[in-house]
Amino acid sequence: MADKKTGTPVADIALQPYWDAAARGKLLIKHCQACGRNHYYPRPLCPHCFSDKTEWLETSGEGTIYSWSVERRASPPYSIAYVTLPEGVSLLTSIVDCDFDNLSVGQKVTLAFEQRDGQPTPVFRPV
Amino acid sequence: MTIKGKAYIAGIYEHPTRKADGISLAQIHADVARGALADAGLSRDDVDGYFCAGDAPGLGPMSMVEYLGLKPRHVDSTETGGSSYVIHAAHAAEAIAAGKCKVALVTLAGKPRSGGAPPGGGRKPVDSPDFAFEAPFKPTVLNLYAICARRHMHEFGTTAEQLAWVKVAASQHAQHNPHAMLRDVVTVEQVVSSPIVADPLHRLDCCVISDGGGALVIVAPEIAATLKRPKVRIIGAGEAMKNVNGGLVDITYSGAVWSGPAAFAEAGVKPADIKYVSIYDSFTITVLMTLEDLGFCEKGKGGRFVADGNLISGVGKLPFNTDGGGLCNNHPGNRGGMTKVIEAVRQLRGEAHPAVQVKNCDLALAHGTGGFLGTRHGSATLIMERA
Repeated sequence: MADKKTGTPVADIALQPYWDAAARGKLLIKHCQACGRNHYYPRPLCPHCFSDKTEWLETSGEGTIYSWSVERRASPPYSIAYVTLPEGVSLLTSIVDCDFDNLSVGQKVTLAFEQRDGQPTPVFRPV
Repeated sequence: MTIKGKAYIAGIYEHPTRKADGISLAQIHADVARGALADAGLSRDDVDGYFCAGDAPGLGPMSMVEYLGLKPRHVDSTETGGSSYVIHAAHAAEAIAAGKCKVALVTLAGKPRSGGAPPGGGRKPVDSPDFAFEAPFKPTVLNLYAICARRHMHEFGTTAEQLAWVKVAASQHAQHNPHAMLRDVVTVEQVVSSPIVADPLHRLDCCVISDGGGALVIVAPEIAATLKRPKVRIIGAGEAMKNVNGGLVDITYSGAVWSGPAAFAEAGVKPADIKYVSIYDSFTITVLMTLEDLGFCEKGKGGRFVADGNLISGVGKLPFNTDGGGLCNNHPGNRGGMTKVIEAVRQLRGEAHPAVQVKNCDLALAHGTGGFLGTRHGSATLIMERA
């Protein structure tokens, strides 16, 4: 959840472990004990089977670019991408510390964190 | 229950403006309502059902019913972005079939160009549960469609030149539309040599930004029988919400894979029967993927399907967006579903511009894609026939 006026995150007890881990440089996703599937963004109820038996799963930090774009009109230009994790989910993110002209689908990337909008945010950089 | 044959699109109106300085959103809603009712040969007091989406100012239907002086016994403010009005047409048919109203009015107005209310009707995206997990990466309409084009190119070998053909076809049609924002015919070379705005999409892969609006009047068969205009019957519809499915992401297809088959099944027709299509064209990739997902060609072969003028009226096998579409004509309020239905009705009436009118156009499809192709969007398919 986010504050309606400022857009900054407000307390959401269900998500606190995610933000605590992010502050330590770890990316958590959710695993469902009922159906065995993982999901992201994290929710208390599994979006696949609607069970409430979900638990946090720490990711390896590895990833592969599923697709990407670079917003060229922005100053400076920035990338946006889906990165697929070995844990089976893909997340919207940015590829940083890279030459935008050399990005490619299938490229191996590794997790990093940047402070964005007042919160630790998972981004990726080429391996 | 089915909506097949239970309702007719009796009135249409597209506001001629593309830049509405000094005119309020509410007035545009009223102007287009008046235009569509006049087109149908009905009056304001005949309206007993009202439909609007997130572009309606104030408290949506509550404010607009008051401003327009309506007395509806049925209202629906389903909000699925630019696809809303395609869904409204179907929901109006449902309401008429259920006896909830006999004359349904659907209105749209928007002013992104001259600066009015923001698209989305002032909804705060910070309310969205995905917000904290996506907003830091600065997703935009543009890059969330571009990212789909990139993946489509990777999986299926789709090329920038093939995408460009969608724009070329739209421009061929727009040259005949005096209201179109962009009336110059463009070539594939001009599209692919325009600046990259978000890889792999070029500036000319994108729709226009325009002010304006439009309206539909949808009526019960017994009302349609009393009217003088050519009759257009609604025979099938489907709607779907597509999203990133809890992180099991596949952005190579749209919600048209669900809304399309539902509409075809209800109508009892197949893609090969359709004479004309209005396909939501926020970007060239939107059209290419939608045509695949609706079954007009095999998945992954959309690039080949749209190439070489196949979407140009009088030239190709599947004429599309003969008003010039969102790519060249008009995308009022960043919401193109309304104009998609309007041009399909013109075609079925035989009232499209003579240079682009499809011969013997007795069966047409309109499809809307609202929201963001790369994350979450609404898909709506409507099939209509000349009665």
